[in-house]
This record gives sequence, C-alpha cells and structure tokens, in this order.
Amino acid sequence: MRLELRGITKSFGALIANDHIDLEVEPGEILGLLGENGAGKSTLMNILYGLYQADEGEIVLDGVVQHFSGPGDAMRAGIGMVHQHFMLIPVFTVAENVMLGHEQTRAGFLDLGAARARVREISARFGFEVDPDALVEDLPVGVQQRVEIIKALSRNAEVLVFDEPTAVLTPQETDELIGIMRRLKEAGTAIIFITHKLREVREIADRITVIRLGKVVGQAEPTASNAELASMMVGRNIELTVAKDPAEPTDHGLVVRDLSVLDARGQVVVDGVSFEARAGEILAIAGVQGNGQTELTEALFGLQQRVFGTIELDGRSLRNRSMRHVLEGGVGFVPEDRQEDALVAELTIAENLMLDRSYGEPFVRAGAVQRAQLADFSREKVQEFDIRTQSIDTFVGRLSGGNQQKVVLARELSRELKLFVAAQPTRGLDVGSIEFVHERIVATRDEGIPVIVISTELDEVVALADRIAVMYRGRIVAIVPQHTSRETLGLLMAGEVPEGLEIAA
Amino acid sequence: MSDSLSSSVPVADTGRATAELASADGSGGKRPESPFARAGREILTGSWLITILAVVLGLVAGLILIILTNPEVQSAAGYFFARPGDTFVAIGDAIGGTFVSLFRGGIYDFTQGSFTAGIGSLFNTLNYATPLIAAGLGLAIGFRAGVFNIGGQGMVLIGGALAGWIGFAWNLPFPLHMIVAVLAALVGAGIWAAIVGVLKAYTGAHEVIVTIMLNYVAFYLVDYLLHTPVLRAPGSQNPQSPAESPSAILFPLLGNQFKQFNFGFVLVIVATIVAWWLLSRSSLGFRLRAVGENPRAARVAGIDVNRTFIIAMVISGVFVGLAGAYQVLGQNTSGFGNDFDSGVGVTAITVALLGRNKPGGVFAAGIAFGLLQAGGATLQAGQGVDIDIVQVMQAVIVLFIAAPPLVRAIFRLPDPARRRAVVGGAR
Repeated sequence: MRLELRGITKSFGALIANDHIDLEVEPGEILGLLGENGAGKSTLMNILYGLYQADEGEIVLDGVVQHFSGPGDAMRAGIGMVHQHFMLIPVFTVAENVMLGHEQTRAGFLDLGAARARVREISARFGFEVDPDALVEDLPVGVQQRVEIIKALSRNAEVLVFDEPTAVLTPQETDELIGIMRRLKEAGTAIIFITHKLREVREIADRITVIRLGKVVGQAEPTASNAELASMMVGRNIELTVAKDPAEPTDHGLVVRDLSVLDARGQVVVDGVSFEARAGEILAIAGVQGNGQTELTEALFGLQQRVFGTIELDGRSLRNRSMRHVLEGGVGFVPEDRQEDALVAELTIAENLMLDRSYGEPFVRAGAVQRAQLADFSREKVQEFDIRTQSIDTFVGRLSGGNQQKVVLARELSRELKLFVAAQPTRGLDVGSIEFVHERIVATRDEGIPVIVISTELDEVVALADRIAVMYRGRIVAIVPQHTSRETLGLLMAGEVPEGLEIAA
Repeated sequence: MSDSLSSSVPVADTGRATAELASADGSGGKRPESPFARAGREILTGSWLITILAVVLGLVAGLILIILTNPEVQSAAGYFFARPGDTFVAIGDAIGGTFVSLFRGGIYDFTQGSFTAGIGSLFNTLNYATPLIAAGLGLAIGFRAGVFNIGGQGMVLIGGALAGWIGFAWNLPFPLHMIVAVLAALVGAGIWAAIVGVLKAYTGAHEVIVTIMLNYVAFYLVDYLLHTPVLRAPGSQNPQSPAESPSAILFPLLGNQFKQFNFGFVLVIVATIVAWWLLSRSSLGFRLRAVGENPRAARVAGIDVNRTFIIAMVISGVFVGLAGAYQVLGQNTSGFGNDFDSGVGVTAITVALLGRNKPGGVFAAGIAFGLLQAGGATLQAGQGVDIDIVQVMQAVIVLFIAAPPLVRAIFRLPDPARRRAVVGGAR
C-alpha cells in the first residue's frame, strides 16, 4: 500500500508541532524519519495512527483520502504501529496479546486456537521463532518487540511504523530487527522507521526524511555522512565527539570490591562487581538496560536494601549508609530517571536546587529557608548552567528535558564533591543539551573529581569514557580502554568476551 | 523565530528554539505569548477559578433543591399553564428569601433592633468557622505531604476529651488552666496522629484505612469514658461531662454578650499564620511538600521519607487538636457528650480541599462553610428549608472541585492538562 501524507499541520496552542509536513512511502520501501527529540516525529505518527486529528492536510492511502477518528480506523485501513513502549499485557500469552482487541469467538468462547495458528503462521513466514503460548513477561525484550510486530501484521497491516524501536535493544538484537525489517520490506510492506540514531537509519533506510522543529528540513540518501545528517537535524554543525584531553588519574577515589546486591525477591541483580574510579578520570559503565547498572548505582547511595561487599570513598566505607550521609559526604548524583528521581515537578527551579540541602547551611538556618540566599544562588546557577527559563520561580515540570537536566547538574555540581555519579545523563535530550552536559562532565573530571557515567548509549560511552566497564547480567564482563572498538563493546554487552581482548587495569 | 525554522540557515540559537518548542508552558512557537495572554490563560486554567465556579455550581444546585421543595413554588406550579407568572414570582421569592436568610443568619441580622444584636450573626459564623479552619489546616498539611489523613474526627475527639477533662477536673488559675487544657489537646491529638504515621511508615499500612478505623476507636473510647466517672458528671446517669470550669474556657473577646466570639478565633488566626510559615518558609515544610509531590525524588535527595510522613501526621494532628479544644472549651462549655465533634473532622476534609490545601484558602473556605452553617439555621427557621440542603450544597461544591474537567466542560474553559499531555506526546 502506498502512503502519502500531504501538508499535515498540527498545532497545540502557540506551539506548532507539525508544519505542513509531506511524506510518502511506497510498498516495499523503508523510509527513515530522522529528527531530534521534540522535532515532531511522534506527533506526526500519532496523527497517522488516528490518535490526534490534524488541523490541516490529509492522509492518503493508495490514492484514497482517509479520515481516522481513532486507532481502530487506522488499523482497519492497514496501518500498524510498533510502539517504543510496548503495548503488551505481561501476564498474557503471546497468542492472547495478539488477539487482544479483535478477539474471535466460537460459540461465545474465545477462539485461542485461531490466534495461535495466526501467530505460528506469521512467525513462520518471517522467521520470528515466537512460541504463541509463552507468557510475554518471560520473553526477552527483543522477542517482545516481535510480538508487537506480529500483532500489527495479524491485522493485515501494510504500512508499519516503528517508533524508536532500537532504544531498548542490544546491538545484536538491533541487527536481528534490521533483518526482520528487510524481510517485511521484501514482502511488500511499507515501513516508516522513526529514530534519532544516525547509524541505524543509514544502514536500513532507502530514503531519509529529516524533521526539525515540526518541519521537513530535507531529504537525504543513506549514503550521506553522519555529520551531514546531524547538521540537518540540529541546523548547525555539531561535534559528535567531546573535546577532552587525556585523563590524568591520580590516587584512588572510589574503590568497589566484590559488590553484590539482592533484590526484593532474593535474586542476585549485581554479582560480585569490583572496580575503581580514580580521581581525574571518567569511568563509564556500559551495558544494555536492565543488566544491573541501576541497582549498582543505587547500592552506592544506600538506596538498596541488601548489599554485600565493600564500597570505599577515600578510604571511608559507604556501604549501607543512608542516602543523606552519602550525599553530605560529597557525592554528586544524577539519577537516570530525571522526572521520577531527581526533580519535583511541582516545586520551583530554586526549590529543586536546594532539594538535597534542606537540612542546614547554606540554605536553611534555624529551620527557616533562607530565601534571599537561595534566590541569589539560583540566579547565579541559572546563568552558569544556561537554564532557559523566565524566572527561578518557574515550576521545574514546565521546563524542557534539557533544561531540567541542567537544573539537576547545577544542583549536584555546586556542592563540594569527592565523587560524581551520572546515570544516563543525556537520555531524551536534544543535541545541544547533550553537548552541554558532556562538557560539564568532562570539566568535573578535569577538576580532579572521580566521575562515573552509567550509560546505555554506546556513542556517549565512547565519547566520554577514559575506561569502560561493560555490565552483563549483573557482572562486569570486562573493563576496557577507551579506544575499544564498537564491535568489541557490542559483543561484551551481549556477554561475550572476544579473544585477545585488551583490558584496562 | 520563524526564520530559524528553514533548512538552509544554520543558526547558533537552535538549542534555544528546540528547548522552547519542547517546553510544556507553550511559550515557544511562532511568537512569544504576551504577558496578558499568559495571565488570561493562567486565570482561565488556574485552579482557583475552578474553585470559585465549583462554589457557584454548588449554590445553584442548592437553590434548585430549595426551589423544588418550596411549598409556594409547588402550589403555583400546579396552575403553571393558567398563570405561569405566579410560578416565576414564587421561584424568585424562594431564591431571594434564601439569600436574605443566609445573610441574616451568617453576617448581619437587620431584623434585630440593635446593631449588637444584629452583628451576632457574624460571630455565629466565626464560631462555626473556627474549628473548621483549625482542623482544615491540619488535614491540609497532611495532604500537602501526601498523607491523606481523614482521621480528623478521631483527633478532634481525643484532643477535645483530653482538654475537656483537664478543663473540668483540674484546678488551676485562669490563663494557665486554659493554656494547659489547649496544649493537652494539641499533644493528645498529635500523639494519636503519630500512631497513624508510624503504622504507615514502618508497616506500609494505608493511612486512609488506619485513620478511619482509629475514628471508631476514638469515638467508642470517648463514649466509654463518658459512661464512667472519668468523664461523666458526678451524680448524673447521662453520658455527659460536667461543665468546664470558667478558668479553662476560651474567654470571650467582646464580653459575655458574644460568648461565641472568643479567644479561640485568635488562636486560629495564629494557627493559620503558623501553617503558612511552616509550609512556605520552613525547611521542614519544604521537605513535607517535596515528599508530598514526589517521594521518590525526595528519597534520592537524602530526605527521610518515612520520618517525614510521621512528622506530617503529628503536625496534622496538632492542628486538628486545636479544633478539639475549641469544641469543648469554646463551644460546648456546659459539658460535652460523645458527639461534641459535630462532624468537624469530616467537614474539615471538605474545607481543606476547597481551600486548595493552602492556609489562606483553608481560612477562607472555613469562613464560607461557617457562614453556610450559621445561615442554614436561619434558612430553616425563616424559609422552612431543611438544613440538609446546606449539606448537599457543601457536598456538591466538593464534588465539582474534585472534578475540574466537569467544571471546565460546563463553563467551556481551556484545559491546561491537554496541552501538557500533547506536548509530552510530541517528544
């Protein structure tokens, strides 16, 4: 089926999310839709999927103008969507998930047999290897994604939209997904592949459309270079690598030995991990999401209950200390979930800047908040960290992601630090903010503070790290030098140690 | 800024443009919003407008009930098609009569001969408002910290019974007796509330269930004590306490002709200021609000969330305790039964919600409800309107406050959440 979007415009109040966007995809073609976070990609796809109504413009399928008032209409017309966050019910089986929403019945009972057969048939056709009776929660992330694809295909989707499908996958799973997309393409499916990852879009797309600030800013061939695509995305030439001098590590800062963490169910989630973060270097902890990095980070801050082994900062134990004790001991922390763990959306910028210093000087005296002091400090930090806001009394929840992260950085970097830990410091940020965050992290290192960066983004790890520790299933597979190749890192992230691996002490 | 949207011109300021595009306050886009447009939007989408409109809707609902139950309207409606004018006149009379009655009962009764007699209505309003404000402040502080304390009744009963007992059983000189009795109410209710905080913090028990159950415990505990010589008046078989000794009573501010206007109102003004300072100026209040809005972030920032819950409950209880003290030392000074809480603990939930959990708002809401209660009595006497209708009005107000989308739909106001959700989706 041939899909055409003509002049799609959508505004929310003063904000124009989509401004006369034209797109077309032929059957058997993969269109890469490239753009920064907030460029308007998701809005456009939500219009295509019937979740929003466009203010102007039309959706045309095989020459027929469509009017979708909901996802049901879009599905019936042959549009399928593989969401970034899977829309699956974990305690249902694959077959149950696939039939959900268009259940077939026989004599009033669910016809599970038909759904099973459908899953097997689609699996066989595209080589998915999915068991229709497996519970979704037992499946690896990559397989869950295939269930999403089967769901769409079982409704005879001829146009498939993949919304940031690789965000949750290992490099190997990403390769498999790319294989699947190629097979779908050969079968005649039209595919829209939304991403902000340049490498992937160049590998798979037949054509690339770049969106910026709600407008199509250009078309590109997959042969275009990373730098070309990136500058189209952000509208200026950017450096993908961080300018930094070689590390000059001094004495030991943080020493972790044989650290293990048990979760609430008694499962080992961090398994005998040992590493050091030396003053003046950046240790990156790489790995696919969910391999124990979160728990390891939390263990450092006393946020995990059952922690074994030793954690020492400058010779003093941090194990099983309270979060407050760790913070007041000079550890700066940027949590991975900014909105949940780092900021209180309904408090102002100024209030968020004092969030972890509410017990005493400099912002609290005799139980009263020193408002003048806090205001001076906040205005200074808003300047220094380039936080774009009208006032320090703006609610943090109203800031963009990049500015929110700057608030977190400003707070954590304005204390006297002995260690700085940043988890996924640039997740969901635009390129400009990423650059800023990276610069601040390197500057912190250069002040002689040990820095630990936990990141699932390989680009970020390679750009920032002086040494890279790769985690897989709760263990550190290896600690390797910064110049290790992406292929090697990819293998390590899947738990494989290639022969002749160069280890960084 | 629209120039920077074109593809060919690389601009250094794109980071800013992107940030604004993604920012949820919608200040980005084609041109910046004017201050007036912003102010207009904030008024139209702001919660306080919803509050006022909810009150309006509550009054309308109450008026409709009053009209429907009014005997004149009913009889005039019987011959509506013969003389429709009569029905409308009757409706107008009913509405006018309602407002006149509320004014006479709650603000100033112009039918009385003298100013002093007339202004008594205002003091009646304040008399009803005082415990509502005190308890409303307590509950609001809990709500702000994320603890949904609906144990106001129990705390009023425990604090009040303690203050009442000290008030009639102890022998102390005048100001000291009163001070000790009031303080005892604050401490007693605070400790009672601490039970809830500890159970929530250390066992994960839900405070709504715990407080409801403790309301029963408090009620039957006080009821039991009223049947024993501890609280029962000597020589009486009724479960009623003896009268408070004059040295413990919250003294009238304008002499004995306005007994209902007493020192308790001063205490409640002080309490409002303390609550304001606590919530918006103190570090403790800062932590309470942080925990209430996002306990996870508070925890990661090194704030002891469990301890904060307990502290919030205790403070909540202390304020509610003041309402308890007022009930026995300011209102039922001639002895109290097991119903001396007069539903204050429950109505205070409404007052806190109507006041948007802000001390100033709670104060205003308390006065408004006090007026409805004082005026409701006159309404019943003058218009033959059942006092229950006042309760219905209060309930409808809260119903609409709890359902801002409904109010927005009725008055066709823009929806602030929508633009936020939608921009979130665009990321």
